[in-house]
Amino acid sequence: MAIGVRTKDLRKVYSSPPPMAAGTAGFTMTGTRGPKKKDIQIVALDGLSFEVEPGEIFGLLGPNGAGKSTALGILTTRVRPSGGQAWIGEHDVWRQQVEAKRLIGVVQQRPNLDFALTAREILMFHGAYYGVSPPERARRAAELLDRFQLTERAGELVRGFSGGMMQRLSIARAMMHDPQVLFLDEPSTGLDPQTKLLLWEIVREYNRSGKTIVLTTHNMDEADELCRRIAIVDHGRVIAGGSPAALKQSIPGGYVLRLRFHQPPPELAERLGALPGVTEVRANGDSADLYADRGGQLIPAIVEVASALGAELCDVHISEPSLENLFLHHTGRSLRP
Amino acid sequence: MNWTTFFALLARDAHVARRNLMSLLVQTMLQPLLFVFVFGKVMTQGGIMPESYKGMLAPGIMAMSMVMTGIQAVSMPLIGEFQFTREIEDRLLAPMKIGWLAVEKILAGMLQALAAGAVVVLSARLLLGSGVSLNFDRPLLLAAVVLLVALFSSSGGLLMGCSVGMTQIGLMFSMVLAPMISFGCVYYPWSVLKAFPVLQKVVLLNPLVYASEGLRGTLAPQYPHMSPMVVIAALAVTDALLIVLGLRQFYRKAIS
Repeated sequence: MAIGVRTKDLRKVYSSPPPMAAGTAGFTMTGTRGPKKKDIQIVALDGLSFEVEPGEIFGLLGPNGAGKSTALGILTTRVRPSGGQAWIGEHDVWRQQVEAKRLIGVVQQRPNLDFALTAREILMFHGAYYGVSPPERARRAAELLDRFQLTERAGELVRGFSGGMMQRLSIARAMMHDPQVLFLDEPSTGLDPQTKLLLWEIVREYNRSGKTIVLTTHNMDEADELCRRIAIVDHGRVIAGGSPAALKQSIPGGYVLRLRFHQPPPELAERLGALPGVTEVRANGDSADLYADRGGQLIPAIVEVASALGAELCDVHISEPSLENLFLHHTGRSLRP
Repeated sequence: MNWTTFFALLARDAHVARRNLMSLLVQTMLQPLLFVFVFGKVMTQGGIMPESYKGMLAPGIMAMSMVMTGIQAVSMPLIGEFQFTREIEDRLLAPMKIGWLAVEKILAGMLQALAAGAVVVLSARLLLGSGVSLNFDRPLLLAAVVLLVALFSSSGGLLMGCSVGMTQIGLMFSMVLAPMISFGCVYYPWSVLKAFPVLQKVVLLNPLVYASEGLRGTLAPQYPHMSPMVVIAALAVTDALLIVLGLRQFYRKAIS
């Protein structure tokens, strides 16, 4: 039976720069009075609550430093919460660590493979830690090596592996004990497009076998492509949540039309803003960004307004409702670094 | 407690140790063997040291080798695994309370320290020959001292491995291990320090003193040595302290 994941009012305040389990940098700094180390307070999570339903692919989307990795760190027993609670199924992650650890597989953002072992040994020993029987270990290791296209190099130490191979092996390792919940922290960072597609396919396939997947990403395409539901995280809080499609529709004027004119008169922006469906116009010299609830249908009206004022439309770019626009809408900032 | 996981982790360390056997042996055993040869063979046969020096030296070298082996066997991988490869993360996620991973590290280090001690005893016999008469008449006392020395080395390794930064490894050797060996009563019994009264008191802070004197007292009791009971008490306190501090540092490193 599939297992869900839940967090309630998770808080995490670091009193020194977040160490390895938290992964990334770029946290909100507060209360940094004076140079004393003890005064440093880094708020990574500020009341983070979300619920992952059993058997779904759930994404935490947000920029670097939003608190995604810290949230995953708490859910995987590696970060002690300063407040709030987290559950894997019925198990409180902090109080019932061993029970929680049995149910989860984790792929960290940075490869952390055992450099003293070969690829096959990494899988075999990982299985042994979870009490998988030797014949079953060998069978699963062979199957995963094959699935992840690593069989040829299975007998080599992983030192010489490329980033993509290490990432594939990390995911194979996390699946070795057949966990009910798979956590992936920025799984496609640094992967070439082909490997990324392989990874997505494998994640979907694992999910189809009834497993719950929780991933973090700052890549909108990934969230859009893979996740059934997402939570948008910023400054350690969930600022919006739901299915990617519903979230995108939730913003008024989800379309952005970037226009460029030849010799636009000053009153053009105002006239464009009065067109039906346009919510906002940001003019800058020759160009103007139109935020609207429709895309291409507006073009004839724009051309008409422009030519009435003696200006010529020379370039149009229409971007459809996206998670990027959504993030911009909620935070006023771009998701891209 | 999940013993399946515990023994799987131990099996992983044993597997890695087997794979690195040659470099491990050179890393930990070459220096003591050279000492045995230079001090025990060259200097005695050359007439600089009396023949009896060999027998006094052998337990000291054994203590030093055990301590260095245990410390290195535990600390060096931990420093790399926590700070560079992060490969320990996979084992921290193993279904077992994470403190047991530290216990497993201590046990693995102890086994390596014991192996190092055995190698020194054997090679001292081979290299130094008849001049060394090691005394095995009190096996229980010997076992107690040897186990406490091994535990000291690996729990010390745990503390260092979780406290020393990647860039400070050189400093660890020159500022901690080198003085520890020089003033660890490896090459001389503690009683000869009476010529340096202050130093004789200060070195009592060095646990290697008790390791050397303890092994001397059990393996070569004909030479001056501390009372074995004092040694056992001092080592027991040191071990307990190192385990508590080592575990605390381990938790700090493992959980943020």
